[in-house]
Amino acid sequence: MPKDGGIGASSKRREDVRFLTGVGNYTDDINIHGQAYVFFLRSDMAHGTINSVDTSAAAGMPGVVQIFTGADFEAVGSIPCGWQVTDKHGEVMQEPRHPVLAHGKVRHVGEPIAAVVAETLEQARDAAEAIELDISELPAVVDMKEALKDGAAKVHDDLNNNLCYDWGFVEENKAATDAAFEAAAHVTTLELVNNRLVANPMEPRVAVGEYARGTDEHTLYTTSQNPHVIRLLMGAFVLGIPEHKLRVVAPDVGGGFGTKIFHYQEEAFCTFAAKACNRPVKWTSSRSEAFVSDAHGRDHVTKIELALDGDNNFTALRTETYANMGAYLSTFAPSVPTWLHGTLMAGNYKTPLIYVNVKAVFTNTVPVDAYRGAGRPEATFQLERVVDKAARELGVDPVALRRQNFITEFPYATPVAVEYDTGDYHATMDKLESMIDRDGFAARRAESEKNGKLRGLGVNCYIEACGIAPSNLVGQLGARAGLYESATVRVNATGGLVVMTGSHSHGQGHETSFAQVVAEMIGIDENMVEIVHGDTSKVPMGMGTYGSRSLAVGGSAMVRATEKIINKAKKIASHLLEASEGDIELKDGAFSVAGTDKSVAWGDVTLAAYVPHNYPLEDIEPGLEETAFYDPSNFTYPSGAYACEVEVDPETGKVTIERFAAADDFGNIVNPMIVTGQVHGGLAQGIGQALLENCSYDENGQLLSASYMDYAMPRADDLPMFDVDHSCQTPCTHNPLGVKGCGEAGAIGSPPSVVNAVVDALQSAGKDVTHIDMPLSPDRVWAAMQ
Amino acid sequence: MTQVNMTVNGKAASGDVEGRTLLSSFLRDQLKLTGTHVGCDTSQCGACVVHVDGVAVKSCTMLAAEADGADVATIEGQANPDGSLNVIQQAFQDHHGLQCGFCTPGMVMSTAALLKGNPKPSEAEVRAYLEGNICRCTGYHNIVKAIMAASGQDVGAIAAE
Amino acid sequence: MYNFEFEKPETVADAVAALAPEDAQALGGGQTLIPTLKQRLASPTTLVSLKGIAEMQGVCKGDDGSICIGGATNHATVAAEAGDYPALAETAAHIGDPAVRNRGTIGGSLANNDPSACYPAAALASGATIVTNSREIAADDYFQGMFTTALEDGEIVTEVRFPVPEKANYQKFVQPASRFALVGVFVAKYSDGVRVAITGASNDGVFRWAEAEAALTANFAPEALDGLSLSGDDMISDLHGTGAYRAHLCNVITKRAVTAAA
Repeated sequence: MPKDGGIGASSKRREDVRFLTGVGNYTDDINIHGQAYVFFLRSDMAHGTINSVDTSAAAGMPGVVQIFTGADFEAVGSIPCGWQVTDKHGEVMQEPRHPVLAHGKVRHVGEPIAAVVAETLEQARDAAEAIELDISELPAVVDMKEALKDGAAKVHDDLNNNLCYDWGFVEENKAATDAAFEAAAHVTTLELVNNRLVANPMEPRVAVGEYARGTDEHTLYTTSQNPHVIRLLMGAFVLGIPEHKLRVVAPDVGGGFGTKIFHYQEEAFCTFAAKACNRPVKWTSSRSEAFVSDAHGRDHVTKIELALDGDNNFTALRTETYANMGAYLSTFAPSVPTWLHGTLMAGNYKTPLIYVNVKAVFTNTVPVDAYRGAGRPEATFQLERVVDKAARELGVDPVALRRQNFITEFPYATPVAVEYDTGDYHATMDKLESMIDRDGFAARRAESEKNGKLRGLGVNCYIEACGIAPSNLVGQLGARAGLYESATVRVNATGGLVVMTGSHSHGQGHETSFAQVVAEMIGIDENMVEIVHGDTSKVPMGMGTYGSRSLAVGGSAMVRATEKIINKAKKIASHLLEASEGDIELKDGAFSVAGTDKSVAWGDVTLAAYVPHNYPLEDIEPGLEETAFYDPSNFTYPSGAYACEVEVDPETGKVTIERFAAADDFGNIVNPMIVTGQVHGGLAQGIGQALLENCSYDENGQLLSASYMDYAMPRADDLPMFDVDHSCQTPCTHNPLGVKGCGEAGAIGSPPSVVNAVVDALQSAGKDVTHIDMPLSPDRVWAAMQ
Repeated sequence: MTQVNMTVNGKAASGDVEGRTLLSSFLRDQLKLTGTHVGCDTSQCGACVVHVDGVAVKSCTMLAAEADGADVATIEGQANPDGSLNVIQQAFQDHHGLQCGFCTPGMVMSTAALLKGNPKPSEAEVRAYLEGNICRCTGYHNIVKAIMAASGQDVGAIAAE
Repeated sequence: MYNFEFEKPETVADAVAALAPEDAQALGGGQTLIPTLKQRLASPTTLVSLKGIAEMQGVCKGDDGSICIGGATNHATVAAEAGDYPALAETAAHIGDPAVRNRGTIGGSLANNDPSACYPAAALASGATIVTNSREIAADDYFQGMFTTALEDGEIVTEVRFPVPEKANYQKFVQPASRFALVGVFVAKYSDGVRVAITGASNDGVFRWAEAEAALTANFAPEALDGLSLSGDDMISDLHGTGAYRAHLCNVITKRAVTAAA
């Protein structure tokens, strides 16, 4: 029987009601009396020297309040990078200055050069067209390998070259890894591209800055996944505003997928300009602007080699990856191809030796940073593709080859610095095999062939690492932030609770699932628990939501704070019941004395806390409000096995997903309905990467896929119904809920099985195709078949 | 500036607009009906879908002046008279057909238009009809399921949780 | 958008008068024009909506049996009411998406002549007559290259007349992002021969494939196209496919249209 509330129940989402009736509160819905609008004049050139920006004609245009250029921000800090990677020689990465408005040079199409604040957006845009730019075009650096050649144009003149860092991991393993390749019975090599993507949350970014002269307080409303991070980065490093004078609010946010983690220039600009112009300043991104100003994702070029012994055991793995940073270092960009990628290269396998080399490269393109999965999809894709290729080369079943090399004993210390606490990879593969009717595949293939189509089946595994921590470790790895989470639980006098969480919901349903956890712990109705997030003036310093961390880290903080509440409430109850504290039990929202019929209701205890007439004032303080910060001792490691069945039209190259099955192990689950929805969304983005989405630049640094006319977003008729299971559960061993995280799994786990399936289909027709780079668009698949 | 007059969710509404004022801007900025969202500028995402004289249109690709005299329906007018969710809205909640909620108003309005013309659509018909509504969160699975449920069809066979 | 005056005349004559100033522009359903204006790629001083002109609305049957469609008729209406020419109704039913079909008009589409639009292929393959406020233009004379037509400034497409073929079909292989035709082929078999018009593929916009027409006139079967090919040299080559790929698709999609029509 499904539960009707609490942990494990598919409680309907309470936030849905406002979204379904049109009364959500997204940032663009916020309009402050007297607000002006900003339009950013952006570079249409990938690389150039700014000779002059003449705003004199524009300044006199109707409605113009003020015009800003790079010169106005010389005294202002650089947009900071939140992670410093140390390279294989022990040197820190090259880190360029990142101005709010371009100064001296423009370095990518879309970089803001000037900002016009005016009474209306159209007036701001009219005036921006009257700004006279004199920019001398420079050769653009687009291809990463070209960028590293001697004599290549430099994106940043004050850096040595275009190499941000050359990272080796684990450097001490390199010689042994190379030796293992020398001794290998078989080596499979694969060169591939992990295609550049644009996150495209349906809500474009928006920022509204407001300044109160009387109190010298700044407020920024912004479409962010982590308002405290924005407050810290922007306040401390860019604008020099102390945190107690800066409030950042991220209200309802229409999807993030990573791209709303980062601190962007437009946020700093609106905050700055609100004071400079002494009126609220609003910026709303158009979708066209989003394509050239939101951080992009992925964009790796990789060579991966897998060594096997004569019994098909994996003996070593070696990779060389070029990772595009774009023109500047976005907030967490350096961490993505390193600590979020290299540490995952063991995957689900007991490969004893692994060496990962990553060269991060500056190019004249939009900055690249985390996008759903962030490093982990890149790791999973190359690993699961090379394993599949190895199976084909060796003529063995790809599932059997995987199973043979599965890690089976936990905890398991990988050769890439992480320790998996728990998992059961055979269990998820067993589950997957029970879902996909492998035995019936031959008949389905025959049926497809009767209709002139090719059919392929692809399988892959994945491992994820969520809730990156602990803070002291990540600090050693270069993080310039802590990675804990916070929660304050405030119990009101009449028994209702407000949880103020540092996590941020932008589609994940925390208002519902977090309430389920607290309600279960106390034994009260979920509707007595309110979840508050997204406002630095309300919630304790928190790190926000990304990396599938919310329940594992934010939820744990909430559990810890709730435990403190319960402990204190028990003390109060023991006083009211005149019993020993050790005998007090909390069940179904009432405190009772063990072995007696004496009890006191939750609401009577909470009332006593705030009306402490009959109260142990000598022992405890009145009130019932507790805060906890939770810093995990390890990552969590969700895992799973996915299968994709495709049909390929050999005449056109069009790939159709016929079936997709996902068997995940997320540990314990709070709301199965929400978890399933998270997997669905991840699968759509992973399949989108595999078949449709392609962020592409030409050799001059012009973005070719700069709108939905050319960037193919997955639509309803591109996708099938998904078969999703998460009944395999090995609970996380180190957080109080035993949860692992589910937000990114679908996007991490799905691309390899799609490509594996297409290769399987083409090979079934005798085509000598071992790999096609994503997206597997019809033209590419057709070309590969010729 | 010219004055436009229309009926919005059953109530008379009017305002002064420029020639270039979009219907979506008029609804959001002047009537403060911010449930209609704008997610793109190439008329593809469908977050802005409203009904004009009974048919679904993209309000970001229609001038406010073109809607002069029209009967306009937006997401704010879809709930039952007592404020409870209508059948489509309720199905979206019941089947988790939304996550971030940004595309949702357009999805609900498109669904209403679909079911008006095709009261029992097949899965393929639903997916085809949603060509002009992009969702980045749900992978469409639960949207399709919600729409079929809203049309009174048994969706028990469709895998859920 | 740059600002403009908006006018909505009720007769063709008033519309023609309103379009007389040099920078006035006609507005059909706006499904292409409004996004273009948003990008500030055009700056008309006046937009003249043709949607208020009753005589340009609707689908009817001409004395000669042809299907006559008012220039301001939207795609949804054609899909619903052009049942006497099923392939044309089907074509209209798959242009854009449902909301676009409720606004976009046949006159607007033909006046714009987007190289990837569907209606130009239907009109050209059908040997349609494009009727304007001042003359009648044969489809063969009307389409003059990408975004270029025989229309003069200020000339309005008031009606399009489609002779109804014995058999016809339109097949669209979509560009995955825009969902416009990567290659779209309209095949129409008339008593005096077969016409094949292809959209999406060529740098010169919609065109007739003469070789295929001859082969299909002799034998209206997909096999008739075996061995026929178009050169990819003058075809569109972009992110979504090379010219050679498009040329290949022309053959494949034409065959499918013939199969579906036969």
